Amino acid sequence: MIFFWAFVVGGTICVIGQILFDVFKLNPGVTLTIFVVAGGILDGFGLYDPLIDFAGAGATVPITNFGNQLVHGAMQEAEEHGIIGVVTGIFEVTSAGISAAIIFGVIGAILFKPKG
Amino acid sequence: MLTGHRTWVFNNQPVIISTGTVGGPFEAKGNIPEAFDILHDDMWLKQSSFEKAQRIMMEEACQLAVKNSLIQKEQVKFFISGDLINQITPSNFAAKTLDVPYLGLFSACATSMESLALAAFIINGDGADYILSGTASHNAATEKQFRYPTEYGGQKPPTAQWTVTGAGCGLVAKNGEGPKVTSATIGKVVDMGISDPFNMGAAMAPAAVDTIETHLRERDVDPSYYDLIITGDLGHIGRDVSLDLLQEKNINITEDMYKDADLPFTVKDNRFSPAPAVQQAQPLGFMGTF
Amino acid sequence: MADNKKKNLPPNAQRYQAFAKHKEVKRPLLKNCIKAFLVGGSICFIGQIISTIYVYFFGFTEQTAGNPTVATLIFITMFLTGFGIYDRIGQFAGAGTAVPVTGFGNSVISAAIEHRSEGFILGVGSNMFKLAGPVIAFGVFSAFVIALIKTILIEWGGL
Repeated sequence: MIFFWAFVVGGTICVIGQILFDVFKLNPGVTLTIFVVAGGILDGFGLYDPLIDFAGAGATVPITNFGNQLVHGAMQEAEEHGIIGVVTGIFEVTSAGISAAIIFGVIGAILFKPKG
Repeated sequence: MLTGHRTWVFNNQPVIISTGTVGGPFEAKGNIPEAFDILHDDMWLKQSSFEKAQRIMMEEACQLAVKNSLIQKEQVKFFISGDLINQITPSNFAAKTLDVPYLGLFSACATSMESLALAAFIINGDGADYILSGTASHNAATEKQFRYPTEYGGQKPPTAQWTVTGAGCGLVAKNGEGPKVTSATIGKVVDMGISDPFNMGAAMAPAAVDTIETHLRERDVDPSYYDLIITGDLGHIGRDVSLDLLQEKNINITEDMYKDADLPFTVKDNRFSPAPAVQQAQPLGFMGTF
Repeated sequence: MADNKKKNLPPNAQRYQAFAKHKEVKRPLLKNCIKAFLVGGSICFIGQIISTIYVYFFGFTEQTAGNPTVATLIFITMFLTGFGIYDRIGQFAGAGTAVPVTGFGNSVISAAIEHRSEGFILGVGSNMFKLAGPVIAFGVFSAFVIALIKTILIEWGGL
């Protein structure tokens, strides 16, 4: 069942993105920034974790999860160190996406030439 | 010479005695592959960057233009050229290779016509007897500079245009056989506030219409005086829009004599633009030939 | 904001904009949304399969499997980007490939490949976050603000 909901929820988030592209004529950079901020706000209200429990990868794969994880990391550290933790904990949980992108970006640049 | 406010009439009638044209793999699949002297099937032209490839195309086009004429390269007085890459580096390097005194231009899509107008002006005023005038663009180099990396998975809407990979160069001379440049009208930057980078045709159409209208008025001729009126890269939408705007101003140009320079390139649904988009400006050179 | 900009334009420009808008080829919204839904959904579906594999064979929990899943998807994206397939899927799917984390990976990897001709340090290194930079910058800053408000509310607001 989680497979079905992963498909539906993930697909729906993408449709919202498509509407931002086509109806509001936003470019990808602005759209994705909105998604990340939205994910963070949802987590601020404690709504993102239930969504992950419900839809699995349908909630963890879209870029909104990046915002969710940033807030998560900050809150995790904040519980231990208070306000200072908010600054130091941001990347605590979210390293996977960024480090993978950097590592595979450099490897990609070594392996491939642009096709044009 | 100066007729009206911004039209030059060239009484000595400079002539385009020869041309050199180079295209890329996408252009080879277009409707007019036979119009190119050289077609490359490799975007890289064996170079280490797209910008260098563009420079090579520019050089090839110039060398071809000289080769196709009866003159020697040493007789060429000036080279007038420009492109879209930062600091017009491909043109600069091509000028270095050619070893001809060089005037660099940057006018986005209007560069090719601007260089022709200036070359004709100089020759008409006895400033030179042979001038190379041309421009080049490279799809991947331009995308990299103005839009997204070529491997980036962004979606282009139906109004988006495509930058040509190619170079064109004409040798303008005082006397000889070939099309004559009779007059040129310098366009204005017309900004109607269209800010969608994927709809350049609509952004540029008002400038084209303004230039055509001014040219016809200042030369006091009817559109039927010309066999063909060819605009720059307005695309389907820009062409439609500009035809309507011309009608509105009571300038009757029939569909079949009003051509868009990029539409012959059209392959299926992909649209071409001979040079891409710097926003909202098309100061467009205008040329009449007999 | 866009409306403000429009108000400042002279009337003939406003008229022209309305006219040009009327002429513009409409983007096929419904078709695009369906394509985005199917492709985006499929990517999440594949992500779910990968994360299930991590849970059953590598001892991750449902909660921790998200990170290796994201890394695996970006790894696959590298090949799709390098072979010039991702931009074609992207043209078809629109937001369907842009919104999942693969789109984030694609934006970094494509910029890295593209700028390789300018060298590794100044080309790849300084340009790879050209497109992804805003996402990280404002993601981090908004996360900071959100977490700050929440912490203050918890510590002093007695939440």
